[in-house]
Amino acid sequence: MIPQPSEFSIAIWKRFTRHRGAIIGMVIISLIILLCIFAFLSPFNPEKSSLAEKLLPPSSVHLLGTDALGRDLLTRILYGGRISLTVGGIAVAISLLIGVPIGALAGYYGGKIDSILMRITDAFLSLPSFLVLILLAAILREVELPILQRNSVLTISLVIGALSWMTFARLVRAAFLTLREMDYVSASRALGASDRRIMLGHILPNGIGVVIVEATLQLGYAIIQEAGLSFLNFGIQQPTPSWGNLIYAAQSHFTKYPWLAVFPGIAIFLTIVSVNYIGDGLRDAFDPYKVMEKVGEWT
Amino acid sequence: MTAYIFRRLLQTVGLLFFLSVILFGLVNAAPGGPITAYAGRRPRPEKIAQLKRQFGLDQPLPTQYLYWLIGNDWTTIDSNGDGIKDSAGLRKGVLRGDFGFSYRTRKPVLEEIQSRLPNTVYLMSITILVALLIAIPLGVYSAVKQYSSFDFFATTFSFAGQAIPEFWLGLILIIIFYAWLKNPWTGESLLPSGGISSLGSGFSLSDRLAHLILPVVTGTLGWIAWYSRFIRSSLLEILPLNYLRSARARGLTERIVVLKHALSNALIPIVTLIALDLPYIFTGAVLTETVFAWPGMGRLYYQAAIDRDYPLLLAVLIIGAAFIILCNLIADILYAYLDPRVRYE
Repeated sequence: MIPQPSEFSIAIWKRFTRHRGAIIGMVIISLIILLCIFAFLSPFNPEKSSLAEKLLPPSSVHLLGTDALGRDLLTRILYGGRISLTVGGIAVAISLLIGVPIGALAGYYGGKIDSILMRITDAFLSLPSFLVLILLAAILREVELPILQRNSVLTISLVIGALSWMTFARLVRAAFLTLREMDYVSASRALGASDRRIMLGHILPNGIGVVIVEATLQLGYAIIQEAGLSFLNFGIQQPTPSWGNLIYAAQSHFTKYPWLAVFPGIAIFLTIVSVNYIGDGLRDAFDPYKVMEKVGEWT
Repeated sequence: MTAYIFRRLLQTVGLLFFLSVILFGLVNAAPGGPITAYAGRRPRPEKIAQLKRQFGLDQPLPTQYLYWLIGNDWTTIDSNGDGIKDSAGLRKGVLRGDFGFSYRTRKPVLEEIQSRLPNTVYLMSITILVALLIAIPLGVYSAVKQYSSFDFFATTFSFAGQAIPEFWLGLILIIIFYAWLKNPWTGESLLPSGGISSLGSGFSLSDRLAHLILPVVTGTLGWIAWYSRFIRSSLLEILPLNYLRSARARGLTERIVVLKHALSNALIPIVTLIALDLPYIFTGAVLTETVFAWPGMGRLYYQAAIDRDYPLLLAVLIIGAAFIILCNLIADILYAYLDPRVRYE
């Protein structure tokens, strides 16, 4: 049997689609993702240089011009988008994997566990995070590790994720603190449900709204962090393009060949704006008072 | 309240100790370090061993940490690297305000920081000030005229402002105001592309201001977006409250109701927000400073990361963390002081 969407999720979807900014954001981000996926359809190679065509301005052949090594900029932006979006996605997944369990355990058990976990969270929150990000990237650039190759997509995502899980931990903890006192939780405990089942099956689904909203906003944040890191040449390394290192590479001749710096930045800008509008739409959609109004209307 | 502050300060000490252990371990676990910088391209192994002894890097990590924390002037060290500990240590340790020497310049770390800090404080305080001067009216007007076209544009602006990568904005501004626009009288670029002042000329206010404009605009946009949004939502929560309705009923003009009665409460969260953002005045904005070749803390840190100048990196991180923790405490105290409903035990 196909699971039917609940009234609750229909209400959320209805509210979400009323947010004009969020819908435009969805359209733009879907377009960007599709273009990046189908980047291989481009007639140009993103990494092979052809010096005869270097630094050409935008034209009908090279829509966004070419870079200092004669590579098609549009193609490189699309391949770079794959990298930047992947880093964003993995980084958020990693901070969810760290933050949600920490918040859940702290909020559910309280007491000693809570205070230890929250002290750790506080410690991470008191670090100047972008500076630590630079430090970790600088260190990992020098170390040869089995999976985490030097400044690969995975390494950069891991570092960004490991420094941005704290908001998730705090939000999930707060949600668990209120939800664990609910009658339905006591009821399922009385029925003999295990802690694990109560946490994953009963409490987490009810606190998922804030997590989804925050995850969306964190996605934009992670993409900007990667771009900043790569702009300092501590992120993804050439010849692999990412939106940040495209701007880094443009730096030496951007006043004469402005398109090299302008277009990758527009790609970042459009992505972040869209993601933030989607986050805003989700926030409105998950707002419990507004959702309940909606559900109330239908029943 | 005093007991509360005292307890928090104690926690701060513990937290800083914990962080310093982790950061020290992290920084020193990395390969390379000063050795590659000093020993030349193909160093002989004896030379490396000698350098390691000179820098004290042959010691176990806990000993190195101890020397870093409390100094080594109470023991003997091997300062010429011949394998015999025959000279007294000179370091006083972080607890006595000695963060060691920069590997790159061989000057005391604190001296390096002192030479850069004023430039960062200068840039960041003006950036935040400009942000507030624009964000407060923007946020207030947006909230008062909620759903008006002004509010729509302010909200859109705020979303855009938060999405623009600052380093990219900096480059775009350089393209426009340095490469494209020329001063109609002199034919030179309208604004300089970087630096804190022109080289080789004495102090001139107009020159300083010209150098300040682009970095401040670059840095402040994100802050304006963030603060104005915050002020708008903070005011929107307060505007429907009863005490404002009473104020209106007493015949006060809307102007006084909003600017005097509502805003004074709406600004409480803003004050604490600013307190939380104060650490940036110390650490600076790495990206903006890099784009505009601004000789501040951010670039100092960036250069140190490139050179693997560990004592310098460690000092900026620890002092930065201390600032963040203290500003958190200040924010909490301010909040309780400004809002009588908040009490800590």
